[in-house]
Amino acid sequence: MRFLPHTPEQIQQMLDVIGAESIESLFAGIPDSCRRLKMMALPEAMSEWALNRHMDKLSDHIAVSPEYKVFLGAGRYNHFIPATVTSLSSRSEFLTAYTPYQPEISQGTLQAIYEYQTLAAWLMGVDVATASHYDGATALAEALLMAVRKTGSRQVAVSSLVNPLYRRVVKTYLEPAEINILELPRLQNGQTDISPLEGIQGIAAVALQSPNFFGCIENIGVAAQKTHEAGGLFVAGFTEAMAYGLLKNPGSLGADIVCGEGQSLGISVAFGGPGLGMLGCTRELMRNLPGRLVGKTKDSTGKNGFVLTLATREQHIRREKATSNICSNNSHCALTAAVYMASLGKTGFRDLAQLNHDKAAWLCEKLTASGYPPAFGAPFFNEFVVKFPPEFEIRYAALLNKKIVAGLPLDKYYPELSDHYLLCATETVSMEDMNALIREVTS
Amino acid sequence: MNESLGATGLILNEKLLWEKGRKGRSGFSQPQRDVPVSPLPVELLGNGPDFPELSEVDVVRHYTRLSTWNFGVDTGMYPLGSCTMKYNPKTNERQAALRGLASGHPLLPESLCQGALELMVELERFLAEITGMDAVSLQPAAGAHGELTGMLVIHAHFKKNGDSRSKIIIPDTAHGTNPASAALCGYRPVPAASGPDGILEPASIAALMDAQTAGIMITNPNTLGLFETHIREIADVIHAKGGLVYADGANMNAVMGIADMGRIGVDVLHLNLHKTFSTPHGGGGPGAGPVCVTRKLAPFLPVPRIITREDGRYTLSEDFPDTIGKLLAFHGHFGVLVRAFSYILSMGAEGLTTASQLAVLNANYLKEKLKTTFHLAYDRPCMHECVFSDQKQQSAGISTLDIAKRLMDYGYHPPTIYFPLVVHGALMIEPTETESMEDLDQFVDALKQIASEPADVLKTAPIRTKVRRMDETAAARKPCLTG
Repeated sequence: MRFLPHTPEQIQQMLDVIGAESIESLFAGIPDSCRRLKMMALPEAMSEWALNRHMDKLSDHIAVSPEYKVFLGAGRYNHFIPATVTSLSSRSEFLTAYTPYQPEISQGTLQAIYEYQTLAAWLMGVDVATASHYDGATALAEALLMAVRKTGSRQVAVSSLVNPLYRRVVKTYLEPAEINILELPRLQNGQTDISPLEGIQGIAAVALQSPNFFGCIENIGVAAQKTHEAGGLFVAGFTEAMAYGLLKNPGSLGADIVCGEGQSLGISVAFGGPGLGMLGCTRELMRNLPGRLVGKTKDSTGKNGFVLTLATREQHIRREKATSNICSNNSHCALTAAVYMASLGKTGFRDLAQLNHDKAAWLCEKLTASGYPPAFGAPFFNEFVVKFPPEFEIRYAALLNKKIVAGLPLDKYYPELSDHYLLCATETVSMEDMNALIREVTS
Repeated sequence: MNESLGATGLILNEKLLWEKGRKGRSGFSQPQRDVPVSPLPVELLGNGPDFPELSEVDVVRHYTRLSTWNFGVDTGMYPLGSCTMKYNPKTNERQAALRGLASGHPLLPESLCQGALELMVELERFLAEITGMDAVSLQPAAGAHGELTGMLVIHAHFKKNGDSRSKIIIPDTAHGTNPASAALCGYRPVPAASGPDGILEPASIAALMDAQTAGIMITNPNTLGLFETHIREIADVIHAKGGLVYADGANMNAVMGIADMGRIGVDVLHLNLHKTFSTPHGGGGPGAGPVCVTRKLAPFLPVPRIITREDGRYTLSEDFPDTIGKLLAFHGHFGVLVRAFSYILSMGAEGLTTASQLAVLNANYLKEKLKTTFHLAYDRPCMHECVFSDQKQQSAGISTLDIAKRLMDYGYHPPTIYFPLVVHGALMIEPTETESMEDLDQFVDALKQIASEPADVLKTAPIRTKVRRMDETAAARKPCLTG
């Protein structure tokens, strides 16, 4: 086995040093009652070349562009990833290092994450951002738990237009802690109805997502104000980080905690993971943050450098009293996102965000002209909902054979929205691709 | 120092990103525009984040220089106890980068993602087989996330039976994530002390276990690198009072092909694919923490679960009314799962068993070679790691921290230090199976040489790194977390 360097002679020499008869004798402390009765039934070890063949075949059984025209978003977005991003983040000094607990030989990771925290804070409009969480959904759950700890209230409100998969995760995290979740309904125009907040006092947090699950941009400023009037912290979520190349950031609109998914920032879709949970907040809430933080300091000779800091919030010090149980996070995804943000720069990011909106707007316009206007009137970023006629369900299935995935059917998540489809168009979708879809839909 | 790995070389300084660049530069090739501009309402628009503007070359040099200040498994030996920093095969990276696996959308119709579902079903089966458990969820994103999932499963099991329990037994050698994960489910940790030989004794567990206690969270082999010899009896004690046994599988690398967690009486177990199954740690993640359970607890696993139909096709099902729900938006850290799958196929059953055998051989070899130099906390055969302390060095004013920092100058990543807490000044060494005898010998020489060095040399170490010892107190007192 090429990963195992021991020769039979060396194994014998090592056993002699130990004073053991055989390797098996090293395991003598394991009682019979704890042992396997037979060898593990696994496939025969594959050579590198047989493995390549096997994996190529599995990979070929997953539909991807350009063969397929996939108009899916809903929490994972297909964006171009520059070769530099993949190449630099794959450097094994970054990839094969552990968590930077030993700062003197981890300054590469530490500076990169400090820079990520900074760019992420600018993107979200917050004072501080954590080194990363698992994904947008767990970042939202942690944000709500943080608000509960801070306020002492055990009630939160979450918009019904937060990605339904995120809401499932929130429920999983909050239910055993007996935290009550109030679901905010939606308005006709595809935005959240915040009127149920009227008259509520002492809520821990209110969470909206913008752009929301229907792609619509929420009125964050008003929601934040109403939340503060109800004595709560306002949590702004997002699944498409690229939207903030164009939109006013949530922090500037009054959000106390901002959290979301950063997969769009140079990270592969990879069947949904790993992604990048982004989480940040105002300076006042800093010590309530869950997860790792990198801070700037000096070494014994006065030279600038970086360390993991505020560890007294964390599980390895505080154990059951920690602000979270999180240990490993998605550090490498954060580093990747930083390389991506640095590569695009302010203007590049803005231009690309505009192009995303323009692609989706063009598709929406053409569908409208063909008799399929968007189902909701609020402005959107790069995805929107369309209602097709009931017979479209059959056409949707037929289109899969023509290698077109015509968006995400919404009835599974919102049973009242039968025949509604969430369509996404990023910069990776060409006018030709969109024309193919329009032709098929309208023919 | 004679002929050690550590050497001085040219280290380049590098500014912070935003101290570089010029307005008007970009390192990104804008896609060609084939649609007109469609402005959003002006009241929605912000200024956009003020990212620095750099050319492609600026970005490449920046991150290349940063990377040279890091130490990875590819750089050298990384004997970080409890973290299993084994070699991360390059073939795993090739597989994870395949187009379908790297860019398939998680909400594709099932007919268009059969390759991904097949990989996951197969990996679930492999992990069940390796652990001796019945059912597996690949959804948890990391070890601690797996612990949370496992505790939620236990919580849901008791809730279903109308049995409310408030406590959980956690040994004093446990990882900090154990009590933190249990607390998220509302369980109060009850500490259990290990016996004089570093392992738990059934009688002390029996004294703690009652009908208010949900069970025990136990790491086996434990964080002292010792197999919990009485685990079978302990499981019986827990089960007799209706409790469940949670096993932290962080140290699975010692016992693949040898121990059977199902036979041991484990009810729930999490694995760390970034430890035992060779996926890279990435400077702190992403990892993956699959959870393995007995048949009885399978209905509580996260959804969706993958079902193999009679015609051999795969389908996703949410039809599990007792499920704890979802732990992550999609199907887990799929990119990490691909790498672990690739590793298991490269190794086979025999290869994995040999890996565990050699991991244990390496640890025992180091233990023998070093036990005259450093105090050995428990002098008995160990599993995949061994725990020393600074007891013999203390009189010279030398601490575990000094030894760890000095190891960097010799070209090694330090071992885990000051953990487990039960050993004062612990130095926890896990060589893993991918280090050769020559490399272990060189590591032993380095440690022995360090032990003979005067205190002032050790106190000022490291001297060959990009930065010297960092002022962590100042960092925490006046936090500067953004530029």
